[in-house]
Amino acid sequence: MNQNLESKINFNNIWVIFKREMKTFFDSPMAYIVLVTFLMITGWFFSSTIFLINQATIDGYLDILPLVFIFFVPAITMRLFSEEYKSGTIEIIATMPVTDNEIIMGKYLAGFGIMAISILLTLFYPICLLFVSKPHIGTIIGSYLGLLFIAMFYISIGVFASSITKNQIIAFLISFIICFFFFIAGKIIGILPGFLVSVLEYIGIDSHFNNITKGLINSRDIIYYFSASAFFYILTLRMINIRK
Amino acid sequence: MIDVKDLVKYYGTEQAVAGISFNITPGEIVGFLGPNGAGKTTTLRILTGYLAATSGKINILNYDIEKNPIEIKKRIGYLPESNPLYYEMNVLDYLMFIAELRGIEKNIIKSRLSDIIYVCGIKDVLNKNISNLSKGYKQRVGISQAMIHNPDILIMDEPTSGLDPNQIIEIRDLIKNLRKEKTIILSTHILSEVQATCDRVIIINKGKIVADGKTSEINKFVTGNEELTVKLKGGIENTAEIFSDIHGISELNVKNISHALTELKITSKHGVDLREKVFNRAVEKKLIILEQTRTILSLEDVFRMLTQDEVPHSAKKTEINNESES
Repeated sequence: MNQNLESKINFNNIWVIFKREMKTFFDSPMAYIVLVTFLMITGWFFSSTIFLINQATIDGYLDILPLVFIFFVPAITMRLFSEEYKSGTIEIIATMPVTDNEIIMGKYLAGFGIMAISILLTLFYPICLLFVSKPHIGTIIGSYLGLLFIAMFYISIGVFASSITKNQIIAFLISFIICFFFFIAGKIIGILPGFLVSVLEYIGIDSHFNNITKGLINSRDIIYYFSASAFFYILTLRMINIRK
Repeated sequence: MIDVKDLVKYYGTEQAVAGISFNITPGEIVGFLGPNGAGKTTTLRILTGYLAATSGKINILNYDIEKNPIEIKKRIGYLPESNPLYYEMNVLDYLMFIAELRGIEKNIIKSRLSDIIYVCGIKDVLNKNISNLSKGYKQRVGISQAMIHNPDILIMDEPTSGLDPNQIIEIRDLIKNLRKEKTIILSTHILSEVQATCDRVIIINKGKIVADGKTSEINKFVTGNEELTVKLKGGIENTAEIFSDIHGISELNVKNISHALTELKITSKHGVDLREKVFNRAVEKKLIILEQTRTILSLEDVFRMLTQDEVPHSAKKTEINNESES
């Protein structure tokens, strides 16, 4: 089983798995229902802040997006492994000459790809702002980078949750709960005893996201997103191995 | 070619495979036979690398399954139990996906595809969604998947389950046609299937091999397995004494006796045909035989005896080749 860590990664296998996941997603009507819902909700948050406070800003909208992700990411990732368990196709894919790493990576990247497309579609809103005012471009770019980082992290949680169970609803709920924990961790520090504050502040996505939206891209935050994603990635790998 | 030694598999604390060993040579068609839950599927899943063995050594094509699973997977084609497929895909996309994942080179994918489409007879459904196919066609797609990379070893878990009789025959013919070039392992709990397609049968029960040998000689697995029913005219009280000293009888029971008819059940040692001796003895004693019926145990009976505990027949693992005529 260690061979999975040792052996070389065949990128072609990752690509083949990625391609199939993307095709399956975009071939199904569910994809468009989920995407349209996502755009409607984000659009509403975007426009409501603008018209409420009458300012051409995306700040309020950016605060709310990580919350929307908590619902949206699990909906995308829940089927990645669960469906294969349920239909038994995991047995096909696991007996192909591909490693567990390649399977997980292909599925992970597909989840991330779908999220990235969704996030880029919402770029439409800030671009609209360009016509009516002069928003700070650096902030927009930084914020969108931050959103991609959060998506990357949440997707790794979602993939992990999906690798636990063949029940998509359970996969959805587990990833929802874990994502919610990381979402809320940075927001509840005000009511917690001192020694927990710095820990939760580091664990939660808030502080890291706030830095990036301010235009501060530092290695500390980037390391946070990558190591957190890697943590759940490794848990997924363990999970796949335990099932053997 | 396939070397399995002391294979053990636990699911948690439950033992599914309890130390089995066997050896399969190139070109053999081997049937794994056993009741549901005997450990057939588990064994096949371990051979294909889907599950990891708890302990034991497996060598396939000179590769150790723990060290070189990828090399082994490249050379095995596998049709899992209940034939899982990506139902939302169409047949051609699915086979392309498998071919790419199998690492078949781009320039020969087309020719491999057209070969397999021809062999499995799925030309008419290539552009249909898999979910819309009939069960027989789904099975063909499953088999195409297993053979697309022209593997040396083909492992099929219950390849004909759920098919109608015509489809079963088609699939069997397909398997038979492959016999020259490939080593095939299939599992089933349908006995006639083994008789129809396999050279060799390995019977598994409760995670253990209870019999292993040529299909044609399967009824020798159980000793004392031929029965002769004899009906004699008139009520004869001392039949037991008359017939019991005939050489080769292992058991003699008087089944039924009335003033018009006496019915005997004679069990012989295996491979011994007692009809002539019984006839001669009856003539000697001036008894009239109305009926003589010899029952050779069917595969079903052998299977039942080997896999059911309460049957008293000696059901220990028997190697046919070493058996002497007793």
